[in-house]
Formats: sequence, C-alpha cells, structure tokens
Amino acid sequence: MIKTLGGQIKEYKRDSFLTPIFMILEVVMEMIIPLLMASIIDDGVNKGDIHHIYMVGIWMAAAAFGLFCGVMGGKYGASASTGFARNLRKAMFENIQTFSFSNIDKFSTASLVTRMTTDVTNLQNSYQMLLRMCVRAPFSLVIAMIMSFSVNAKLASIYLAAVIGLGLVLALIIWKAMKYFTEMFHKYDDLNASVQENVSAIRVVKAFVREEYEKERFRKANEALYYLGKRAERIVSFNMPLMMFTVYSCILGISWLGARMIVQSALTTGELMMLLTYCMNILMSLMMLSMVFVMLSMSVASAERVTEVLREKADIVNPEHPIYEVKDGSIVFDHVSFQYKKSSEKQVLKDINLSIKAGETIGILGGTGSSKSSLVNLISRLYDVTEGSLKVGGRDVREYDLETIRNEVSVVLQQNVLFSGTILENLRWGNKEATLEECKRACALACADEFIEKMPEGYDTYIEQGGTNVSGGQKQRLCIARALLKKPKILILDDSTSAVDTATDARIREAFAREIPDTTKLIIAQRISSVQNSDRILVLDNGEISGFDTHEALLKTNAIYKEVYESQTNVGGDFDENGGEA
Amino acid sequence: MEGKKTMRGPGGRRGMGPRPKVENPGLILRRLFHYIMSKYGIHFGVVIVCIIVSVLANVQGTMFMQTLIDVYVLPMLREGSKDFTALGAAILRVASFYGVGVLAALAQSQIMVYVTQGVLKELRNDVFLHMQDLPVKYFDTHAHGDIMSVYTNDIDTLRQMVSQSIPQLINSGITIGSVLFCMIKLNVPLTVLTLLMVGVMLVCSKKLAGLSSKYFLAQQKALGAENGFIEEMMQGQKVVKVFCHEEENIRRFNELNDALCDSANQANKFANVTMPVNAQIGNISYVIIAIVGGILAINGVGGFTLGGLASFLTFNKSFNMPINQVSQQINFIVMAMAGAQRIFTLLDEKPEVDEGYVTLVNAACDEEGGLCESEKRTGMWAWKHYHKAEGTTTYKKLEGDVEFLGVDFGYDEKKMVLHDIKMFATPGQKIAFVGSTGAGKTTITNLINRFYDIQDGKIRYDGININKIKKGDLRRSLGMVLQDTHLFTATVRDNIRYGKLDATEEEVIAAAKLANAHEFIRRLPQGYDTVLTGDGANLSQGQRQLLAIARAAIADPPVLILDEATSSIDTRTEKIVQEGMDKLMKGRTTFVIAHRLSTVKNSDCIMVLEQGRIIERGSHDELIEERGRYYQLYTGNKVAEG
Repeated sequence: MIKTLGGQIKEYKRDSFLTPIFMILEVVMEMIIPLLMASIIDDGVNKGDIHHIYMVGIWMAAAAFGLFCGVMGGKYGASASTGFARNLRKAMFENIQTFSFSNIDKFSTASLVTRMTTDVTNLQNSYQMLLRMCVRAPFSLVIAMIMSFSVNAKLASIYLAAVIGLGLVLALIIWKAMKYFTEMFHKYDDLNASVQENVSAIRVVKAFVREEYEKERFRKANEALYYLGKRAERIVSFNMPLMMFTVYSCILGISWLGARMIVQSALTTGELMMLLTYCMNILMSLMMLSMVFVMLSMSVASAERVTEVLREKADIVNPEHPIYEVKDGSIVFDHVSFQYKKSSEKQVLKDINLSIKAGETIGILGGTGSSKSSLVNLISRLYDVTEGSLKVGGRDVREYDLETIRNEVSVVLQQNVLFSGTILENLRWGNKEATLEECKRACALACADEFIEKMPEGYDTYIEQGGTNVSGGQKQRLCIARALLKKPKILILDDSTSAVDTATDARIREAFAREIPDTTKLIIAQRISSVQNSDRILVLDNGEISGFDTHEALLKTNAIYKEVYESQTNVGGDFDENGGEA
Repeated sequence: MEGKKTMRGPGGRRGMGPRPKVENPGLILRRLFHYIMSKYGIHFGVVIVCIIVSVLANVQGTMFMQTLIDVYVLPMLREGSKDFTALGAAILRVASFYGVGVLAALAQSQIMVYVTQGVLKELRNDVFLHMQDLPVKYFDTHAHGDIMSVYTNDIDTLRQMVSQSIPQLINSGITIGSVLFCMIKLNVPLTVLTLLMVGVMLVCSKKLAGLSSKYFLAQQKALGAENGFIEEMMQGQKVVKVFCHEEENIRRFNELNDALCDSANQANKFANVTMPVNAQIGNISYVIIAIVGGILAINGVGGFTLGGLASFLTFNKSFNMPINQVSQQINFIVMAMAGAQRIFTLLDEKPEVDEGYVTLVNAACDEEGGLCESEKRTGMWAWKHYHKAEGTTTYKKLEGDVEFLGVDFGYDEKKMVLHDIKMFATPGQKIAFVGSTGAGKTTITNLINRFYDIQDGKIRYDGININKIKKGDLRRSLGMVLQDTHLFTATVRDNIRYGKLDATEEEVIAAAKLANAHEFIRRLPQGYDTVLTGDGANLSQGQRQLLAIARAAIADPPVLILDEATSSIDTRTEKIVQEGMDKLMKGRTTFVIAHRLSTVKNSDCIMVLEQGRIIERGSHDELIEERGRYYQLYTGNKVAEG
C-alpha cells in the first residue's frame, strides 16, 4: 500500500524531502532559545555582565532563521501534500478511464466518488502532517531530551521516566478509545443511514402513521450512540488532566532536586530554568505525537480505499496488433458462454450459437435476468466472453482495436446518461467533428428533432447534470441520436425506447429501416410491438436461446413468445405509458 | 456499505461546499447558549468553576518560580545553608495546589463529555422528532441531501464547538486575565513589551488569515468544480467507455485537477505559515524579555529580581498560547454558527397541524343492533364523532365511501394543479385514474390522505369531512402502495409487519401469501429473517413491489390507494404482481393510478384526467363509445401495435 501510494509523489519528491529538513532546522533553532536564556541568566544577570547580554542578542538571528525555516517548511509542506493529492487523483482518474465494464461494476459510483474526493483529501492532510509533524514532534522530543541530559543527566532522567510513563498511558488510552470510537462511528453511520431511509420513505411512514414508532426507534438508537460516545470520549478526556499531572510532577521534582543541586553548586539557576522550559517541549511533543498517530491511523482506511482503485487492473486491453477496420455488420456467436466473475458458478450465458447477417434487424425479448443486456454487451467488447468466440465482420472482437470496435458497434445503454452541456455538445460525443446538419439528421432519425426545435434555444439548450431538465422519453431519443452519429455498422438499442410512446417508437423504427438499411440493428425491448416487425426475433430465457425466428413462426413454435404476446395484446399491456408525451 | 460512506466520510466534518453566510450570528449564538444552558446550566457552572481553579493552580505554580529562586535558592546559596525543610514545605504547598488543579481539570473534562454528548443527543432527538411531525410538503420541497447534512455535518460541527471551543475560550480568557494580572504585578515595562509583541503577532495572523481565506475560497470553488465533474463522469463511466471518450475526459480532468492543486497549494501555504510565524514572534518576544529583563534584573530597576524574570519568562510563553488559541477557536465557532443556523431553521419549520377530532375506534354491535365502542379488536371499525354543539357522541361504521366535491388544489397558491374535481366511490368500488404524465393523477391520491390540504371544495369520507378526522386515524384507514416501494433496513418479516406492528407470524405469512410474495420469500437464504438493506437493494423490482403489497395487506384497510409501477418489470413477474394487487383490491374501495390495460378495464369507473381536470368519466365500454380522449389513448396503443 505504501509503495503504491508513495509512487505517486513523483515530481514532489524534492518538496517532500525539503519539508522535514526545514522542520528539523526549525526545531533546532527553537531548542537553542532556552540555551540562550540560560546563558543570559548565568553569565549575564548573575555575573552582572551587561555586555554578555548584548552579545547574546545576536542570537536573535537564530529566531529569525527559525522563522525562515518554519515558513519554508510550511511552503514545501503545502506544495508536497497538495501535489501528492493531485497526482493521486490524476492516477486514479486515468486508471478508472481504462476500466472495463466489469471493473466498473466492482465499485459503485458513490464509492468511486468518495474515494476520489474525501479519501484523497484525507490522505493529503495526513501526508502533510506526516511530513511536518511526524518529523518535528519526535525530533523536538529527542533534541530537548539530549539538551536536558547534557545539562544535567540526573534531572533529565526524571523527564525520561515521565516520557516513558506518559507514553505508555497515552498508548493505552488510544488503544482503548480507538475500539470504542470505531464502534461508535459504525453506530453513527447506521443511525444516519436510518435517518436517510426515513427521509426518503416519509410517505410510507406517514401513510402507515408510524411517526411515533419511528421516533421511538430513533430515540433508542440515539441513546445507544450516546452511551458509546460517552464511553469513548471519557477515556480520551483523561488526556488533559494526565498531561497536567505529568507536567506538574516534573516541575515539582525538578524544582526540589534542582534547588538542592544549586545550593550544592551542581547546577546553575539558568540551567534550572532551561530544564523547566524543555519540560514543556518534551511533553507537548509527546502529546502531539500521540495525536498524529491517531489521525494517521484514522486515514489508513482512506489509504486502503485509494490503493484499491490504483491497483485495479483493467481486464480488457487492446490487442498487440489490432485491426482498425470492421468489414461489415455481421455477427457470429460461436459456442459463447459468459459469466461476470470467473469465480462465480452462475453462467449468465450458456453456449450461445447465433449468426446475424449485416443489415438485419433483430428483436431481442426475454424476462428480467434472461441476460439480454449481457448478450449485446459482448458484441462491442464491453465484457469479454468467458468461453467460445464472438465474431464481428468475420473477425473475433478481441482482434480489433478497442476504439474501432466500439465506434462501429454503437450501443445505446439501458441506464443511459446525458452530460452537462448543450444538446449539440452531447450529440457530438458520438462524433467530435459532426456538423450541425449531421446532428440534425441524426435527431430526425431518432425523432428527437421535434422537441429540440420547440425548445427556446434549440440545439444550444443546456442540459443539466444527469439530464434532469428533459423527460425520460426525450433523454432516450437524444441518446439514440448520439449513438447514430457514430455512423456505426451495428446499432444496439438496449431497452432504449421504454419511455417513448408507442407511436413515436414505431416511427423511429420505420426511420431506421428507411434511412440506415445497411446497419445491423439489435433491439431489446419489453414491448412486443417494438420487436414484432423485426426480421427475426431472439427469445432468451435464463441465458439460453429459447427461439430465434420471425414473429409468425415464433407465435406458432415458441411458448414464451406466445405467452408474452397474448398477455400484452389482451389485458396486460401498457395503457398510457407516457402516451401524452411527444 | 460503500454508499453509506458518502454520507459521512471521514472528512465529512468539514463540508465540501462553501458555507453560506450566517445572518444573525449573535442571535443564533444566544439561542444556542440558551439551549445548552436550559439543559446543562448547572453543569456548565461547575465546569467554569473547575476551569478557574485549574487555571489559578497553574498560575500560582508559575509564580512559585519567583519564590523558589528569590526566597529559597539564592539566599541559601549566599548563606550556604543546607536546611531544606522550609523549601520542602513550600513545594508541598505548591504540590497541593497543583493537585487541586489536576482534580479540577479531571472533573471539568469528565463533565464536559457528559454535557457534549448530552447536547448532541438532545439535539439529534429534537431534530428527528420534529422532522417526523413536518408535513410531506417539507420533504417534497427540500433536497434530501440538505436535510441529511443537518445530521451528518451540522450537528457534528456543534460537537467541536461545545466540547472544544467553548471550554477553550473560557480557559483562554481566564488564563489571559490572570497571567496579565501576574505580569503587571511582576513588572510593568516588561508587560507592555509583551503586549506589544502580541499586537505584532495579531496583526501578522490577521494578514495571513486574510490571504489564506482568499485562497481557501478559491480552493472551495475549484474543489466543487472538480467534485461535480468526478461525480458526473463516474455516473456516466459506462457511457464514456461506449463512446471512447477516455482521452478527452482525462484532458478535461487534468485541467480541473491542476487548478485545484494550485489553489489548494496557496491556501495551505498561508495556513501553514501562520503557525511558525506566530511561534517565532513568540520566541522573539521571549528573547527580548530575557534581554531587557536581564538588564533590569542586573541593575535591580524597580526591585526586579532574577526570580521575577524566571516567572515572567514562563508567563510570557503562557500568554502567547491562549491568544493563538482564541483566534483558532473563533474560526470554529463561525463554522458552527452556520450549522446551528441550519439546525434551528429545521426546528422552526411548522409541524403538520391536526385539528381533527373524529377518531377511529373498534366497534361492535350492541343489543339493539346499533354501533358501540369496543375495547377489543373486533375487525369492525367505526368513526367516533363528538358533536360539540349538542355534546353528544355518534358512531358511524367505517365503510370506505369517498366523495370529492368541487376540489381545487395547487402545490402553491398561485398555480392550481387540480380544478373542480368531482367524484365519488361507494364501498368496494374501484376507481382508475388515467391520463398523461403531469395530468394530476398522483396529486389526487395525495389529497385523500391529507398529505396536502385542498384549497377549495370538500372531501368526504363516509360522509365526514376529512378535515374533521384525526390525521393518524384517517391514514390508518387508507392503505397505500406506491411506485417507489421504500423498504426499510430490517428483516423481511419486520418490513411486512410495518403495516401492523403487533401482527402474529401467521398474519405475516397470510399477508405474504395474499400478495404472492410467500414463494419468493421462502426461497431467500434466510426466508422471512433475511435482512434487507439499502431499500431492498438485494431484491428485484418486482419482489420489492410484492413486499409493499404484503405490507399494505397486513394493515387490512378498507380503502386502498395504488400507484401501479410503470417501470419495466418483465411480463411474467408483472403477472404475479398484478395477481397480488388484484387479490388485495378485492372488497376494498380502491383508487388506482393505472398503467396496465387490465386494471383499467376491470375498474368500475375510469377518470380521464387532463391538465388537472376530469375530462371524461365512465366504464371502459362507455368511454370507448364516447370516442374521446380515452378512445384515443386506448387505440393509439393499438395503432402502434398493428
């Protein structure tokens, strides 16, 4: 994990190296100051030597140098940590871009977003702390300790004992508290999750008059959280008094022993005061160190999540000598089997054999879970077949250049997305160089031109993120138009007209037949009306081909097809599905 | 599991977007203060006393430096005395003060934990309890993310403030005061010098804070832009793949990423610099005091001694620290105020009012065949209607007769969505609403259960104006199956039981069987004990719907409101769902927003809605005969098929 993350420091190695150096120098300067003071008191004040005091004034330069080092440390620390975060985000984003569909399926969208934002921010803060505090705190502890020992080993050993004692107790506190805190955070997440659920299901809550019930449930969960929180925080709250206790004990011990030594002339007054100043330095550093430790250990989870994304290897890559041209839109499935995970036992597609000629229109029908989407996703190599071979234009899809095959096989996904930007910009995802005329033609084919032209700004209308300002049917038609702009040899519509009313749906299919007759068209649909005019209809059932023939033939031979047909034409069909739209 | 992380990521505490300006921070602070004081006033009093004690203990310890050197060490050194009893006694005295100080600090921190966790708990309770009483309108008009952030961010920033900032501020205040007092007592000129250096420190911090906040704003903006882009692209990642848009995306991402890195670098730089600058100004101040104090001590100006210098130097250090802390804590408080403002806004939302007084009671027939109230659950229900004017109580059997009289409604006063709706449903009838999206179908169902109140007209339920019925009782008598099923994180059994909390195992299974859900539940790994998470994410759409039907079935309401699913469930599952719905509707008055032909055809009466008006009504055959909008909708479907 450290290796993977460390590899992203790259051009910020120099800054990452300089930061701790400056921090150390700053600490050294800070440690010199009590030394100076001892000299002022012993050689200056006690001996009444005013000149010595002025001499020491030169040492003020030390403070100035310390300031310089501190500022430089801050500067390099900032650039090293923000640069590190930048590289992390860049590496993650670039890696995600290489992900295949199965890589994407592994991570949920929300989790990828969190990993790229919150987690990286956490790492940025931790890295900065690591560079600045992690070096500074132990260094200041060690230097102050060495100084103390060089002044008076006997008295300094009190500090050593205090550091060891306090360190052990702090470790114990952290260890105990961490356990409770982890538990508390889990409970906290659960509580928030249940509030979230409650907010989105408020209609159900109110319809069943369960407000009081929910309140009671919340009260109980909240009470549990309260007890956990109290327990965790109570342990941590021992930190401050404990620290005070240690500091006071040291001060008293040093005062008592120190005073005796001064009287016996084994110590000077200045040295005593120096020791007292180091006392604060040592114990504060220890405290700081424990805090840094807690914060770093909290960011381990973030580091793991980021590493996971960085280490994920794309499982579909370009072949070594790719083919850049697809001859025609013919498709052949040759004993194709497919499963989403190598380890899972469930075969999504079982021994599929199919042969589709270029320019054919194929309807695909089947229940949920019958693997319709899986079947078509193999064609543009969004997933790789597990067994067998899949040929497009006579060549195995794995031989083509990825970009070539995906441009020639244009898929309109079931869960489709428009991006923020104008309609024209969205359309040009299909073809960067498309002229306005070409865009308009594609929209006409997809029956999208009618509503676009009614919009006040036409093709320059701005689409909000997620396409929230267009209706479901309009969105689907825009997605079809976008896919058409690729001028593909094979066009696949994966349930892409479900929100389009039946009449428009029919018009789109007519336009396809008329305008792009040479393109092979695969249409997945729930509505029988969407597929019944296809050249042939593929009926899938549970990952296997149940029938592949014309409408008329299937009606006679295929039980599933017949059942669906009858249920939809008699009493089971959609009545008004967005009938009023368009 | 990952989904939850977005709501409260480890860094969620700091909120991503720029915070809105607080309108009246003084007022909010006062209100917050009042909130805490009314519950933990005494505790806070004790805490303040504890803080004073521990600060004073600390200060007296520092003052002891002077005594130690001037009264004991130096004279003993001069006299060569070896008698340490007096010194020992003095140290013991200081030790006992220190001991009291540590105990006070211990008490303070323990009480503060109690107060902090208590305040958080009470706040969460208050917010949630209040939220439950808010009308549906509140949830429809506020983004759920914003509501959630009150729980995840705002209450959390208050924790910081209550547990850290407030005690810290009190501590700093008392420390500054008492240290200043001691310093003046020790030496006035040196105090003036120290204050001068503090002034320099404050000016520098303010300059740096100004610079840094400018860049922090820029950073927030860049962060927002980049997060937006990441979110959009992660959501559309599959589309990006299909369109081979990876290169283009990386290019755009790099631009945003570099901009963020730049502004973050600047912002962090200035923030990082503040600490060493203050520390070194503190050190310079320390050195200056050492030199000037040294000169004063040598010349014995104003009776200043070496011991005095020792104490003063320590005070100098302990004076700078709280000043830095105060400026830090003020930042936290400003942030917490923004959070508190949002919390109070939520608490100030007006709850749903319920002036209804007609209640639903268990009923039984008395000897004369009339209705009377029953203690037991009889399966028969009656409306208990108390007439104020006459002082009498009448009972009316719950039947499920619903009547709309000239109802007008709009979500806001200006824009009416429904106009002059008239309709009636006698017990057991099935009324279907059809019409295009936005015609007002869903709106009507929101009115019967009073999720929203009508602007004009009347809705009668068993002859009683629904405004007179207690909302809870009204809703209990209505069953609802919505398109969005909304299941809860709990077992399948508990989810079904949501409709009737005291349902027996038999009742749960009976309801599941009625809804056609029993079969699939049995096949789940743990059957009825299978725990559903994330709104039933481990179930298919159809299965979720079956559970929602079972949930309504177990409540056994006389009136049903159904919103059929339009989403593409496959034909077979749909058939099962349809059967479940049909069984549920049997013998109940049903209002259904229909999407399936079969539902429409089987209805007693079909209401065709358009732009908020009922334009046609009648049975399927009558409407076909009429050749109006319904005919158009119906045959439009046919045309497309042919």
